[in-house]
Amino acid sequence: MTLTLALVQILNGLQFGLILFLIAAGLTLVFGVMDFINLAHGVQYMVGAYLVAAFTTMTGSFVAGLALALPAALLFGLLLEVLIFRHLYDRDHLDQVLATFGVIIFLNQAVKYVWGAAPLNVAIPDALSGAIEITDGMLYPVWRLVIIAAGLAVGLALYLVVNKTKLGMLVRAGASNAAMVSALGVNIRLLFTIVFGVGAMLAGFAGAMVAPILSVEPGMGDNVLILAFVVIVIGGIGSIRGAFIAALLIGLVDTLGRFFAPTLLKLLLDPSAASQTGRAIAPMLIYILMAAVLFFRPSGLFPSKQ
Amino acid sequence: MKQSFKLAGLAALMSVSALPAMSQKAAAQEKIKVGVIVSLSGAGAVLGQQARDGFNLAVKDLGGKMGGKDVEVIVVDDELKPDVAVTKVKGLLERDKVDFVVGPIFSNILGAIHKPVTENKTFLISPNAGPSSYAGKECNPYFYVTSYQNDQIHQILGNVAQKRGYKKIYLMTPNYQAGKDFVAGVKMDFKGEIVEESFIPLGTLDFQAELSKIASMKPDAVLTFMPGGMGVNLVKQYKQAGLLDRIPFLSTFTVDESTLPAQQDAAIGMFGGSNWAPTLDTPQNKKFVAEYEKAYNSVPATYAFQSYDAAMLINSAVVAVKGDLSDKTKVAAAMKKADFPSIRGGFKFSNNGYPVQDFFLTKVAKRADGKFQTEIVEKVFSNYSDRYAKDCAAQ
Amino acid sequence: MNNLLDLDAPASPALATPPRANRAYLLPLIVFVIFALVPLSALWGSQSFILALVTRIMILALAAMSLDLLIGYGAMISFGHAAYVGLGAYSVAILASHGITDGFIQLAVALGVSLIFALFTGAISLRTKGVYFIMITLAFGQMLFFLGTSLAAYGGDDGLTLASRSMFFGSKFLKNDVAMYYVAFGVLLGAYLLLRAIVASRFGRVLRGIRENPVRMEAIGFAPYRYQLTAYVIAGMIAGVSGFLLANQTEFVSPAYTAWQRSGDLIFVLVLGGLGSLHGAIIGAAVFSLLADILSHYTENWALIFGPILILVVLYARGGITGLFGSKS
Repeated sequence: MTLTLALVQILNGLQFGLILFLIAAGLTLVFGVMDFINLAHGVQYMVGAYLVAAFTTMTGSFVAGLALALPAALLFGLLLEVLIFRHLYDRDHLDQVLATFGVIIFLNQAVKYVWGAAPLNVAIPDALSGAIEITDGMLYPVWRLVIIAAGLAVGLALYLVVNKTKLGMLVRAGASNAAMVSALGVNIRLLFTIVFGVGAMLAGFAGAMVAPILSVEPGMGDNVLILAFVVIVIGGIGSIRGAFIAALLIGLVDTLGRFFAPTLLKLLLDPSAASQTGRAIAPMLIYILMAAVLFFRPSGLFPSKQ
Repeated sequence: MKQSFKLAGLAALMSVSALPAMSQKAAAQEKIKVGVIVSLSGAGAVLGQQARDGFNLAVKDLGGKMGGKDVEVIVVDDELKPDVAVTKVKGLLERDKVDFVVGPIFSNILGAIHKPVTENKTFLISPNAGPSSYAGKECNPYFYVTSYQNDQIHQILGNVAQKRGYKKIYLMTPNYQAGKDFVAGVKMDFKGEIVEESFIPLGTLDFQAELSKIASMKPDAVLTFMPGGMGVNLVKQYKQAGLLDRIPFLSTFTVDESTLPAQQDAAIGMFGGSNWAPTLDTPQNKKFVAEYEKAYNSVPATYAFQSYDAAMLINSAVVAVKGDLSDKTKVAAAMKKADFPSIRGGFKFSNNGYPVQDFFLTKVAKRADGKFQTEIVEKVFSNYSDRYAKDCAAQ
Repeated sequence: MNNLLDLDAPASPALATPPRANRAYLLPLIVFVIFALVPLSALWGSQSFILALVTRIMILALAAMSLDLLIGYGAMISFGHAAYVGLGAYSVAILASHGITDGFIQLAVALGVSLIFALFTGAISLRTKGVYFIMITLAFGQMLFFLGTSLAAYGGDDGLTLASRSMFFGSKFLKNDVAMYYVAFGVLLGAYLLLRAIVASRFGRVLRGIRENPVRMEAIGFAPYRYQLTAYVIAGMIAGVSGFLLANQTEFVSPAYTAWQRSGDLIFVLVLGGLGSLHGAIIGAAVFSLLADILSHYTENWALIFGPILILVVLYARGGITGLFGSKS
């Protein structure tokens, strides 16, 4: 394993981490501020991917498709908020889990009903479909760099809004004590609706950005949902900074662990046992990481509630 | 007594699920009943739909009759959950009293339903899953496969890699049992160096790290088995990483008509192993592909044609015994003859109920109408039987 | 906020009140009588399919009921409870594949393995609270799931078929579906009575006290951790027994039994039926399974109906189905 490959793998790890951050950012915001467990975040991500697929096919351009899909994802999120989620804010977490699980079941079937069970294709815009040659024979797709840029941009924008604006101040206050914010005369309902809208749009945006590299199919949000929860729990619920760092951490651990674990294990075990063990451990790595983090820090790395 | 009133409702709910049974029981003698159990929800839904549609198309072509009797097809969804499949298949056997069960798509579901169906002395015809577990010692006169024995498809790739003189190849598969079978299947005929056996965690989204490694190792070819959504992700990302022009991509169950609508141009030029392709030149196949596309507006994959053949197989047996299914030994003998014009042309059963047939190398191409399909490149094996048949005691 | 996880919620005045005797016991009594009579339906032409379905319901109910001890009485929302079902099921299958088919040995191993796993993971998980507890139990469940998929010798992801059901006293009577049914029924009834006794005991009252206000309970001299861990282990072992039954009923085990969606189903069944009543889990399991079975019989798109029903139950039927019956205050 050469140094270049190792460096490229680190880049890959960060890139995967940024994908996870895109998906998790909206979830941690909604969860942190509203104390609302939105299992439907994963299907909102799926709907984002389907919308961009539909609009791209309709307009023939990914950019136009994205421009149409984002407001559509926002509208769809707000529709869900008004119809269902709004009635759940005062309920306990179990009720929220149950109702949003119902939304998952419904929407997974609904997209299948509308678009069919077969996965859909979303083409990358031609200008961004190439690849950059890093070293001899090793190419890096331009779209991956676009995803990296998008992840960093979302991270930066959220950081600025949350830390430098009045709205951000309310969001932070809401995350640590929503009842108090409400008592101080802030229209907490409006704040919730804004936060939820932003969360929905972020989920849709994440789905749209990964649609060209992933299979757009019913149920695509389910596994991603679990990963996103792992991210926000390791990071500390409600903390954008925590989600960002946890996402990168998971991206690195998952990517590098898969490649270095067998090599390291070979120092301890014979080769076949090492690859056997490496294979068994690789998919568990992120869960082991989560259990370890929670063991030492039971409220995640950056707890926002005091 | 408001409470007991509601409980009566609960009891009524329970009896509703028994109702369809009672109304259908009387008619059981006059009809041929076939239960189709495939995955219609979850990750494998598109495969299950193809199998169901292929079966229904065959029944339509038969005019809704087999051996002069009306055919009733009961489709159930196994939800890709083994224990759900067991309950549902017991429903087919005991509530609906089916004469034949067709299904499933996935090997792990087959593992769950094989025993209840065959112990009930009902014929089970698998339109896709063909694991080694029931091909050898555990072969069963009530079990037939219209697809292939799984290893054979993987063996095609190893054989082609060897014939093309590849020196070093890179293997990639999901980390589960079928993946290990893939590696074993490839190794049967490939004698060169395997630079890496990469086992990917299930549900992996991003293959970029894997692709970087492939680019740095520069193997002569990548051989992979990556079904479903993972395969769609891999194929798109393989093309985007610029590898497709440099390193040949040979795969099984990764690029077929069920995934091509999502992979599209990214898959053009990729090779696959199969027992069939839409372009296979037999009159039955031409008719089948045209009818299927007209009825369901999509290009059929192997799941559809194998399921179509399953219906024709059942029909041949029903006709042979003149609609009298009471003597199971006679029906089994008729099944084993496989006396029907298979879409793939030459087809017969080995002693274990698995097929003896030709296998091909296929390649993805875009058709004139803009749709995508696999096309046959060359024949790899002729009249090929699986290697487990010799362990099966049945003759 | 009526929040189970809200540790500052005022202690319920009903803390020490025993369940109201007559009305509270009527519903579970009727449920068990119905279960006991189901096999008689064969008299008017129903088939053993009904037996298989209701057996599966009872097994699901057993796992969900054990989860009720955690969620309903202990406010510990475990999102990895299916792991124990898997442990129990694999105990049967792995032993059977080595020729050990004696049911008592298999059951003892299932209980032992569940106990060890619950003790170990519970000790770690209970350091966390609320959502973090949900996620750490999920993490342990996922680890077990991936372990199952990598057990190549036992079928890996494809799972493992049992050569035969467990034997008791050298007899294969469990092969009979009616016998299987009544074994599951007996276990469910036994577990119900056991859990009833546990929640009514001093231990159960302390557990509920911790649910309402752990700080106060600690102040009056009860260490919450030890009580919660004990409950966690008991629930895990009962779920392990349900895995033992599931393996026997389906004669097949697979890592799918431990998938996170299955843990979700268990929570689901429980909330649907109603928390903190034990028989709510049973009713939830029955309605959940029957509804899915009936709907899927009529339309392939049953999820389009099933999803909204669940949402409506949460929005309008607070306290689940048992809440509708009014047996819980």
